[in-house]
Amino acid sequence: MRQYLDRTRNGLVSLFGVLVGLRYYWERIAHAFVTLFAVTTITFALFRLMPGSPADAMRAEFERRLAGQGQAADPEVIDQMVRVHTGFDPDKPIYIQYVEYLRDVIIYQDFGQSIQYGDPVFDILFAAMPWSIFISVYGLAFGYTANILLGAAMAYKEGSRFDSYSTVGATFLNSVPYYVGAFFFLAFFAYDLGWFPGSGRYSRGLEQGLNPEFMLSIVHHGTLPIMSSFIVGFGGGALAMRGNSVRILGEDYLRVARLRGISSTRIATRYVARNAILPLYTQMMIGIAAIFSSSVVLEYIFTYPGVGWYTYDAIMRRDYPLLMGSFLFFTIVTLIGILIAEFTYGIVDPRAGSGDQSEAY
Amino acid sequence: MKHTDETATDGGEQLSDDQLFGQLAEADRVQLSRRERFGLLLDAYVLTPGRVAWSDWRTRIGILVISLFLLTGLAAKVSTSNWWILEDVTIVESPATNQAPTNHQPFDGGFAAITEEGGWIDTTASFPWVEFNAPLGSTNYGEPIGRQLIHSTPDMIEMVVAGAFVSVGLAILIGITAGYKGGKIDSVLMSITDIVMTMPAIPLVIVIAAIYPPREAWLVGVILAIDAWPGLARALRSQVLTLREESYVEASRTMGIPSTTILSRDITPQLMPYILINAAQAGRSVIFESVALYFLGVLPFTTANWGIMMDTAYSEGFALVNMANFYQIFWPMMAVVIISFGLILFSQGMDRVFNPRIRARHSKKVGTGGEDQEH
Repeated sequence: MRQYLDRTRNGLVSLFGVLVGLRYYWERIAHAFVTLFAVTTITFALFRLMPGSPADAMRAEFERRLAGQGQAADPEVIDQMVRVHTGFDPDKPIYIQYVEYLRDVIIYQDFGQSIQYGDPVFDILFAAMPWSIFISVYGLAFGYTANILLGAAMAYKEGSRFDSYSTVGATFLNSVPYYVGAFFFLAFFAYDLGWFPGSGRYSRGLEQGLNPEFMLSIVHHGTLPIMSSFIVGFGGGALAMRGNSVRILGEDYLRVARLRGISSTRIATRYVARNAILPLYTQMMIGIAAIFSSSVVLEYIFTYPGVGWYTYDAIMRRDYPLLMGSFLFFTIVTLIGILIAEFTYGIVDPRAGSGDQSEAY
Repeated sequence: MKHTDETATDGGEQLSDDQLFGQLAEADRVQLSRRERFGLLLDAYVLTPGRVAWSDWRTRIGILVISLFLLTGLAAKVSTSNWWILEDVTIVESPATNQAPTNHQPFDGGFAAITEEGGWIDTTASFPWVEFNAPLGSTNYGEPIGRQLIHSTPDMIEMVVAGAFVSVGLAILIGITAGYKGGKIDSVLMSITDIVMTMPAIPLVIVIAAIYPPREAWLVGVILAIDAWPGLARALRSQVLTLREESYVEASRTMGIPSTTILSRDITPQLMPYILINAAQAGRSVIFESVALYFLGVLPFTTANWGIMMDTAYSEGFALVNMANFYQIFWPMMAVVIISFGLILFSQGMDRVFNPRIRARHSKKVGTGGEDQEH
């Protein structure tokens, strides 16, 4: 009996421990929702409250269109059309419009309807999203892997010719904007040498699905955009990694580890790399937002129909519901990216999330 | 033994309170003339950092590139100025269509053509000194690219300065307050920072620009600053978190000095190097983004701009498809790369200036008491 009681008590204690440990995660998730709510509010405000609001522009557009068809512009019909496209009724007070907008977005995932395509914004963006994530995530992953490897190599060979050349090279790469890289890749690899296609997501006339030709075609079309977003992810990361590693290489605990006879690989991976990567990890969280926002320019240059391309299209055709929807979409994906990064941060750095609140002055 | 004896632990004569804390004798007091004092200040704040900065090749190149950029902007500004005596001074003419043959290749005729008639430096001009005849080539409309590059510089400078100023200012204000105050203020400010950091920069700026098209260059810089400050604010906050535990800050706090004074006198000067380095980085990101947005055609085409030049070359010169026209997009791209390379090198070099260990080696003093400083 006593044995069972003990076991129950231990179980409860460990469950409590797990819940306390999870509190950090719940807080982060709640934080993400607060951010999403704030961004939705800002989007609404941009959309509705500013002078010369898109709703007015849309109304003018409909009036023009109806006049072009030889119909008299009936204000009620136009109001109805604006309501269908944006999801809010121009006659209702703004706070009710706001609540309805939130309700539509949160409960029905209704971002309104695209003026140009006539389809719900959500459907258009949801179909485009995987492609944007495909090129962005690989760019980010390759960029950071290269950063870590190059930075570690530079620190290992500190002061050598390799180190100084790589420093200049990394600085130079840092000062090349990703779109400049994209122009060079397009001009030389796509148009001059013809190695890669200059536009599109995959070749036409292929059977879509999990067949090798189709997947190869996707990779073939994605290579140049990924190479360009690699430049975004590269940043000054290699130099930061080098600096961190050099500092850690001089620490006492490394000497102690060596005296204890710990193998070099273990020292390199567990002692140096792990501690040197930490600051880079925080930098990566900021980088996630940067890489998604860069996709607007990259997808325009490569004519790659992802969310960025639709965003650009929406601006040029003044398709405000699509523009607002894609803005929210970018924010949601960035939030998810940051959440994933933060949760794994706890694995990389056990000190994270201990949550000791410092004294307030 | 009384407790007041403890000052005499070195076995010497016991000093009175007046000797310990009082004023120095008249003869011991160091008299500095105003000029000497000015010399010392100049030395500490200008000459020594300058010497350390110049000893590093990165800062040297960075300063050269930035000065070249500023001089170019000045030349363009003077050329277009209508002000008093500057009205007649034209260093570089404003670009216009048909100033050069259309689709003029850069460095036409190679180096042999430097002084030939119609070459890229045409000495047949009536000027006593040489005149460049579109050395960087011209667009499809015969606009000389070099002139376009030069005349877009003043607006770029305005944009960079405004953007760096606003983003660094916001970061200082929010990051330092959050880090020092802690508690509720910290969490509110950091939530705002997180929200801005999460919003994707380019789409946000696009939305704002679609609603409020910014016509002035400085306004573009300010709008672009919206996304540049959160990273720096977070970094400054974490720096302040450690600084506020320092003993001298605690001493100030115990003495009842108001927080604003502590923040501006004790904490911010410690962060200055970090802030300066990041100002250069913010300038770089403003250039990157503004050129991208002008290239996309999101910002209104008002004046000459590197991004607009790239857009024209891309959509009208087909510079990527037609390799013969690649030079049209190449020069504005090089301008962006060179200026940001200069800014990065400058900020890396400044990092060394503020590093006390390196600084000590170079701090040879001018003025009085140069040797005394060593002891």
